Amino acid sequence: MPEKILFKYIDEPGQDTIKVYMKNGGYTALPKVLKEYTPDQVTDIVKESGLRGRGGAGFPAGVKWSFVPKDSPKPKYLLINADESEPGTFKDRQLLERDPHQLIEGSIIAAYAVQAHTGFIYIRGEFGYGAKQLLRALSEAEEKNFLGKNILGSGYDLTIHLHRGGGAYICGEETALMESIEGRRGLSRVRPPYPAIVGLYGCPTVINNVETLSNVPHIINKGAEWFASMGTRKSTGTKIFSLSGQVKRPGNYELPMGISLRELIYEYGGGIFEDRELKAVIPGGSSTPILTPDKLDVKLDFESVVEAGSMLGSAGVIVMDETTCMVNVAWRLTRFYQHESCGKCTPCREGTYWMLKILERIENGKGESGDVELLLDICNYIEGYTVCPLGDAAVPAVRSTIEHFQEEYDYHIRNKTCMVKGKPVFK
Amino acid sequence: MNTMSLSKESIEKLQELKDKFPDRRTAILPALHVVYDQFGYVGDEQLKEAAEVVELPYVELAENASFYTMFPKKPVGKYFIQVCTNLSCALLGADSLVDYLLEKLNVKLGEITPDGLFTVVTVECLGSCGSAPMMQVNDEYHENLTRERVDELLEEFRREGTKKGGPPS
Ligand SMILES: Cc1cc2nc3c(=O)[nH]c(=O)nc-3n(C[C@H](O)[C@H](O)[C@H](O)COP(=O)(O)O)c2cc1C
Ligand code: FES
Repeated sequence: MPEKILFKYIDEPGQDTIKVYMKNGGYTALPKVLKEYTPDQVTDIVKESGLRGRGGAGFPAGVKWSFVPKDSPKPKYLLINADESEPGTFKDRQLLERDPHQLIEGSIIAAYAVQAHTGFIYIRGEFGYGAKQLLRALSEAEEKNFLGKNILGSGYDLTIHLHRGGGAYICGEETALMESIEGRRGLSRVRPPYPAIVGLYGCPTVINNVETLSNVPHIINKGAEWFASMGTRKSTGTKIFSLSGQVKRPGNYELPMGISLRELIYEYGGGIFEDRELKAVIPGGSSTPILTPDKLDVKLDFESVVEAGSMLGSAGVIVMDETTCMVNVAWRLTRFYQHESCGKCTPCREGTYWMLKILERIENGKGESGDVELLLDICNYIEGYTVCPLGDAAVPAVRSTIEHFQEEYDYHIRNKTCMVKGKPVFK
Repeated sequence: MNTMSLSKESIEKLQELKDKFPDRRTAILPALHVVYDQFGYVGDEQLKEAAEVVELPYVELAENASFYTMFPKKPVGKYFIQVCTNLSCALLGADSLVDYLLEKLNVKLGEITPDGLFTVVTVECLGSCGSAPMMQVNDEYHENLTRERVDELLEEFRREGTKKGGPPS
């Protein structure tokens, strides 16, 4: 079994309490940071570790922190992105429900590095249990003075609020998330200016994903070099892969970056559901292009997945077997993006609507010749023409299923029915 | 029991929210949660009352409420069943789970059963894709569902829900 960082104690009963967390070495990084390191030194250590954002884009965390202007008289904010709504992704939920203090300790260290005195954990509204867990953990941390005024006598103050979302995928996008906290509808903002300069309430703001921040205490404790020795040269550390769909053992697997897709699905996931044939895999959440079985040996790190024609994204790996209709997949995911488009940009709002209409008619046996070309055309008019990447995210489901499985679209349109036999049933 | 106005407890929570954040508007989304927790939906009347307590214009609360999908805008059954039908769940039979629920409860999508106990709706991914198929009932997740498990759960809800007082909705 490869070394685990984040999930090391995840199954230990009580790990969600401060007592067991501390017994297992928790809250040793924080006092060390406050005593031994300046904020800049913390940022440098995280830079050296190579830690990259786990929320989807893979931006180096330490570099992001260093963008926060030091001379700004404005307050600075840390936002902890726990909105986790990318279909196929369910790792942050497990981290915050089962090991909330790991996230809180990492967040305090990050806030110290950028000298923020207020933080918000933005948790998706539906995670009711997770919200309770975090609230309890936050007050436990306050009682021990890991949060609050003059933390451990260091003179550093920090308050972290728990903010619950209201069920909107777009609010996971960093600028929409800020709008949401500011009490407005979650419409994304034009960048630049970037949040590090003009973020929440117009102030410098750092935003990181739950998994990104959960790594931070371990990097402090064991050093940047240790972290960088795991994974690949450019994608360091471990990654939690959320494995779902038609696979025997779905679940979250923490593995070194660069593990192969084949190993993940067949060794860890136990292979394909009911021993059927593998048909396609979405490797990084619903916003990433599908891969076909000839790409099973792709290494799961940021660079290699791009080379294979997709993206690591949020590492939500969705497995589809031979009984899956790819037109139905495209329709279902387009329905999601159409539903979640915030409506600000015309290409995304109208484009997802028209794609859904066309996919619906193909699904219902009313497809017309030329529909496939029309879909591709709409994709071209969405991609790159929107304020935030939600529009871009809606394209791969349609374009990549056409690219690899156009015969299924053609069959649907010609024969008014589906090419694949068998429908998933629930037993 | 649902009454039409905010409870003392909700009012206290709202008052606390009013000056908690660097900007008062930040209290809007938490305020919607307070209303939702008490009533199980977020209607205009409740929003008007809440707006007065947090001292913000009603329209600002309303424009937020209409944006977020997790708050029903009108009453739903005591057990609000939300079934995920996004991809990972669909691959393991979420569509037939929905059919099964509607058939068992003899109700249409989005409607309330005559006894007031159930409403079934479909929703997008709930971050539980590895334990598909799944549904959320009020604030709780029920995962790795089978027909047998659904039968048990509905039985349990019926028993609890018809007791005097019933569960908080
Ligand atoms: C439509 C959309 C939805 C997103 N949802 C999430 C999310 O749920 N959680 C998350 O951490 N990042 C999400 N992101 C990415 C964030 O905008 C941001 O890049 C991330 O939180 C930065 O943290 P990281 O650098 O630690 O990855 C989303 C982006 C887009 C475009
Ligand atoms: S697809 Fe159903 S919970 Fe994610």
